[in-house]
Amino acid sequence: MRAPDERFRVTPDPLGVSAVAALVADSGCGAVTTFVGLVRDHNAGRRVLWLEYEAYEPLAVKAFQQIEEETRERWPSAGLAIHHRIGRVAIGEPSVVIAAASAHRADAFAASRYAIERLKQIAPIWKHEHFEGGEVWIEGATADPGDEAARQMALARACS
Amino acid sequence: MLVTIRLFARLREIAGAAELERTLPDGATARTAWDVLVGEFPPLEDYATAVSCAVNEEYARLTAVLKDGDEVAFLPPVSGGSGISAGSGFSRTNVRLQPDR
Repeated sequence: MRAPDERFRVTPDPLGVSAVAALVADSGCGAVTTFVGLVRDHNAGRRVLWLEYEAYEPLAVKAFQQIEEETRERWPSAGLAIHHRIGRVAIGEPSVVIAAASAHRADAFAASRYAIERLKQIAPIWKHEHFEGGEVWIEGATADPGDEAARQMALARACS
Repeated sequence: MLVTIRLFARLREIAGAAELERTLPDGATARTAWDVLVGEFPPLEDYATAVSCAVNEEYARLTAVLKDGDEVAFLPPVSGGSGISAGSGFSRTNVRLQPDR
């Protein structure tokens, strides 16, 4: 059996930005970009207390791998790592870290932007917002990896 | 045939279970399983046009034919990441406010 790929993980443990970056950088890379998604203290006029993330773990890891395959089609030299937190995450802590490495910075920036846009479209991960006075499941896109229009939208954002 | 049904997030809360086992007729599809669930837990109907599904840990269509021992998962709209494009968060009516003290 193949060892699990450390680059694509869903974990209840705190995320380390430099550790994720280290998984993609090699001697051929001239650039690594990191995207860090943080839990912020407000949303839609509500005072957020904390977030609870839930994932369908094996499918989430496969979605991350698919995102990497898609990224390589467009930016062949770019390498990617994605770590996403699950469970309760406090204000100010990272919920997701994406690192993209490439020979040149333009591809690394674009690949990391593409990855976060696609993650939000197709990764089976849910966010339960606990705010002052109540709670709500944040529900965005219906996950459909075959939705070509959604993919094109992510590409357009990455290349803007 | 016996299938395992996995539910997540709001769907899990509505059904009160993360995992269920149900016996379905031969030839049943993922939609058959979904319809059985909606029959048992009518509020799931709100998700009829928004739900995605996976069979044996791979995304699948609701038309996917199931076989004995399959695991079918139903997924409400997703929202991982950092919230940069999540909108208001009130796209569905699942907000629960605490009663005034």
